[in-house]
Amino acid sequence: MIPQELLYAKSHEWLKVDGENGVIGITHFAQEQLGDLTFVELPQEGDTFAAGDEFGSIESVKAASEMYAPVDCEVVAVNEALEDAPEKVNEDPYGDGWLVKVKITGPTDALLDAAAYEKLAAEEAH
Amino acid sequence: MKTVFEKSVPGREGCWPEEPKSKIEDFIPTELLREEAGMPSLSELDVVRHFTRLSQKNFGVDSNFYPLGSCTMKYNPKFTEQVAAMPGFAKLHPVIPQLKGAGHHCQGALEVIHETESMLCELTGMSAFTMHPMAGAHGELTGVMLMVAYHRDKGNKKTKIICPDSAHGTNPASAAVAGYDVVSVESKDGIITPEALAEVLDDDVAGVMMTCPNTLGLFETHLPELVEMIHAKDALLYYDGANMNAIMGKLRVGDAGFDIVHLNLHKTLGTPHGGGGPGSGPVGVSERVKPFLPISRVEKLEDGQYYLSYDEPKSIGYVAPFYGNFGVYLKAYAYMLRLGGEGLTRATEGAVLSANYMRKRLENHYEIPYNRICMHEFVASAVEQAKNGVRALDVAKALLDKGHHAPTIYFPLIVKECLMIEPTETENKETIDRFIDDLIEIAEMAGKNPEALQAAPLTTPVKRLDETKAARSMVITDDIK
Amino acid sequence: MPYVPHSPEEVREMLDVIGVNSVEDLFAEIPAELRPKSFDLPKGQSEMAVLEKLGKMAAKNTTDLTSFLGAGFYDHFIPTAVDALSSRSEFYTAYTPYQPESSQGTLQAIFEYQTAMARLMGMDYANASVYDCGSALYEATLMAVRKTRRKKIIVSEALNPIYRVMLDSYTTNLNIELVTVPHNHGRTNVKSITAAVGKDTAAVIVQNPNFFGSVNDFTEMFEKVHEHKALTIMSTYPVMQSVLKTPGQMGADIAIADGQSIGQPLSFGGPYLGIMTCTKALVRQMPGRIAGRTEDEDGKTGYVLTIQAREQHIRRQKATSNICSNQALCALRTLIHLCLLGEEGLRRTATLSTERAHHAAKRLSAIDGVEMFTKGPFGNEFAVTLPVNAFEIIDKLTERGIIPGFPVGRYYKGMENVLLVACTEKTTEEQIGIFAEILRGTI
Repeated sequence: MIPQELLYAKSHEWLKVDGENGVIGITHFAQEQLGDLTFVELPQEGDTFAAGDEFGSIESVKAASEMYAPVDCEVVAVNEALEDAPEKVNEDPYGDGWLVKVKITGPTDALLDAAAYEKLAAEEAH
Repeated sequence: MKTVFEKSVPGREGCWPEEPKSKIEDFIPTELLREEAGMPSLSELDVVRHFTRLSQKNFGVDSNFYPLGSCTMKYNPKFTEQVAAMPGFAKLHPVIPQLKGAGHHCQGALEVIHETESMLCELTGMSAFTMHPMAGAHGELTGVMLMVAYHRDKGNKKTKIICPDSAHGTNPASAAVAGYDVVSVESKDGIITPEALAEVLDDDVAGVMMTCPNTLGLFETHLPELVEMIHAKDALLYYDGANMNAIMGKLRVGDAGFDIVHLNLHKTLGTPHGGGGPGSGPVGVSERVKPFLPISRVEKLEDGQYYLSYDEPKSIGYVAPFYGNFGVYLKAYAYMLRLGGEGLTRATEGAVLSANYMRKRLENHYEIPYNRICMHEFVASAVEQAKNGVRALDVAKALLDKGHHAPTIYFPLIVKECLMIEPTETENKETIDRFIDDLIEIAEMAGKNPEALQAAPLTTPVKRLDETKAARSMVITDDIK
Repeated sequence: MPYVPHSPEEVREMLDVIGVNSVEDLFAEIPAELRPKSFDLPKGQSEMAVLEKLGKMAAKNTTDLTSFLGAGFYDHFIPTAVDALSSRSEFYTAYTPYQPESSQGTLQAIFEYQTAMARLMGMDYANASVYDCGSALYEATLMAVRKTRRKKIIVSEALNPIYRVMLDSYTTNLNIELVTVPHNHGRTNVKSITAAVGKDTAAVIVQNPNFFGSVNDFTEMFEKVHEHKALTIMSTYPVMQSVLKTPGQMGADIAIADGQSIGQPLSFGGPYLGIMTCTKALVRQMPGRIAGRTEDEDGKTGYVLTIQAREQHIRRQKATSNICSNQALCALRTLIHLCLLGEEGLRRTATLSTERAHHAAKRLSAIDGVEMFTKGPFGNEFAVTLPVNAFEIIDKLTERGIIPGFPVGRYYKGMENVLLVACTEKTTEEQIGIFAEILRGTI
């Protein structure tokens, strides 16, 4: 269930790295915890964030959660389809439910690999 | 059921005033005017029948047991409605006492404010009250603003407010909207311990907001020690009066050392909840916080006349346009007069007795996470039932089919599958017993036929509603399709 | 004991089940040193005695004066059916509709109220109401600050001062800069407001009709404000709003009002309700309860509280507001009143009130030394300049059974001679005539 090629933040965002380009989303575990999503608030193109900065928020009927930048980055594209169809994040968190595309401007060393994240998610599930 | 807009028939006459002699265009140029406003056209009977039908789709205290935890859904005595409707009160323009020479035209109303404040002071042991806050959360905001003013006056640099993890969400929200950072203190065995408080209590703390008994229905047994610790840091101790129905005549928060308190008159003092408001959230303070109370204050002269004082140099200013929800606290005043000191104490005793009786009768059927003597409410949990797939939500919906309003569910957040039950003192033993019997039957059904409970409610005007669809489609007016 | 039904025998049975000897045992955790030092409340009284006492207190208030008081709070006629329907206990003894299946009455009424308010203001969305217009103003201000991430608010001095002083109090600790732009002889100073707006401005706040009764069109000004990416907040008076160009037409982002004038008795200051409406782009910043339409499992239409993730019970300190209720019963009364009036009745109410005010303006300004202060178009309220202090005139006329209006000098320095006069459809030409004659005699 957890894609091997991605990096993960402890706050349950994933980062796909392709050179200096990246894609950010939330994990399957995170969307499952929140339940049926009703709204995704995303930043604008050109916004810059340091790792750990809040870059958006996500809501379900019974919960709301902030999302944090897994890495220093500048936003180059946002997934506008989520405005009308937040359920894409539930249905396909690692695919159609991506949140933002970014230019990576900082190190990724602090992020978890798939195995470490799997362990973290298993712990939090209890 | 169709909306009033769907039922509208253009030209149908309702309750119209006489026909004007002129047109609005005779007074105001057309370019400053609008087209039709889109209000519905209905006959008076159309309107009466529509809203009568709507009312029949509601549970209320008059028709159903309403053990909604933390909301104190007690019976609202009918005569208080009559008091609020007396023309001498209902027709009074709020500006009158502010006019020169007009103060003697509203002496009765000013006396109501003065007397209500005095009685609330005696009830709580506080030095002074303001009636201005218009709801509990509004009282909280006023209270936190008082903290700001107090510390500013003393030259204190304070940035934080502490709220327990069991607090109502309004506590941290009120602290935050007044500009403070919020720090949470973890409860141990359901209450705050001096050790846990010591971990977060430092010199930056402006105040600590407590609910006592707390939202688990438990008394804070370390209270005297906590008060001492908090005052040693020159922090103010705030009492959230949501659970005041548990302590009338048994504990006065002023005597216990609280500096600021808000009451929810719509909970404790029997004024109706109105389907979500209007309420009344007066705030009481200790002597040292008194100079900061909102403007205006009702004062009494030696000759027995009342007047409004605006000369309050240290005041936080205005939190309401006038004197708060006068028409609401008038009912609370009438309620206090009716019951007197002894009656209020009996109300508290009845509420605590009923809650404990229910807790005891339920203990072999539901998990009771903190199963000891509780105050006016207690928390049960459906964790056992959840193993069969029956969650607190399902229990709540099944109760609706039995004709009871559901308890508060999923609050406080620190208890899983939480059912927070507050019977109040006004419900008789038969009602309480029937509710308990129904809850026990639901617990038994959870083992045998969980699907039936998951399908509830079946007897209400609608079945379970799709909240996700509502939030995604956001159809919040009739004009959005 | 009234309202506590347990008989001594039942108390005994219940104590036995609990396993304690006395009711007092249930309070054993409250230590002796915390017990009340005093509890000197009067003895309870019979319902008859309490009604008599309060009846006497009510009689000490005078309500048969002829009043021209307004200042944002108006005495319109309330149809009897409003009281009859809102007195149904299924409405007034219910609480916030947490269980939607057993609260469809309250929820559909809120939905209809939201629709009516959005239409009245010409805006996209409305919430279920907040405490009053002052609270709505403060919440609108915070919406603008959150949305724009700016801290400066430009406030028209012709905005009701009763609300301006509330805004001052609420923003004291919030690092928000309030800049008040003086009115121009009772007119909203559109030029000065426009000039004050910059790239640090979160919002401008204006009122229509303004405090002096003056009717405006802010369309051009709002356009210029939007060029700076600031928001526009407009306070209105709902009865006149039924005929006036709407905030939506003018380009307001947030429109607010006090709902008192439609369905609420004056009741010495409350309960009233704050009407809040906004554009689609701002709806997630809006505080308070919102009802939405959805379907049940069988596809049947129903209503729920929605987009609650904004609210304190989910977001706690990160919520849009600490508000956790609405003035549901007041909103219901406003809705019922609007339904009884309908399009035509509401329009008649606005027109009649305006007609009476214009008649009064003509009669008063015909008196030697009395001049119109409000210039240009006005609705049901206007200000006049008297040759003498308005406070003194109010004092003298009140003795004669007439409250002639509101003394503008109470809030505006140097305007001690200005009197604000309001009429509603309840004001008669005869009353206006007597007022004018007594005023002439007094001056």
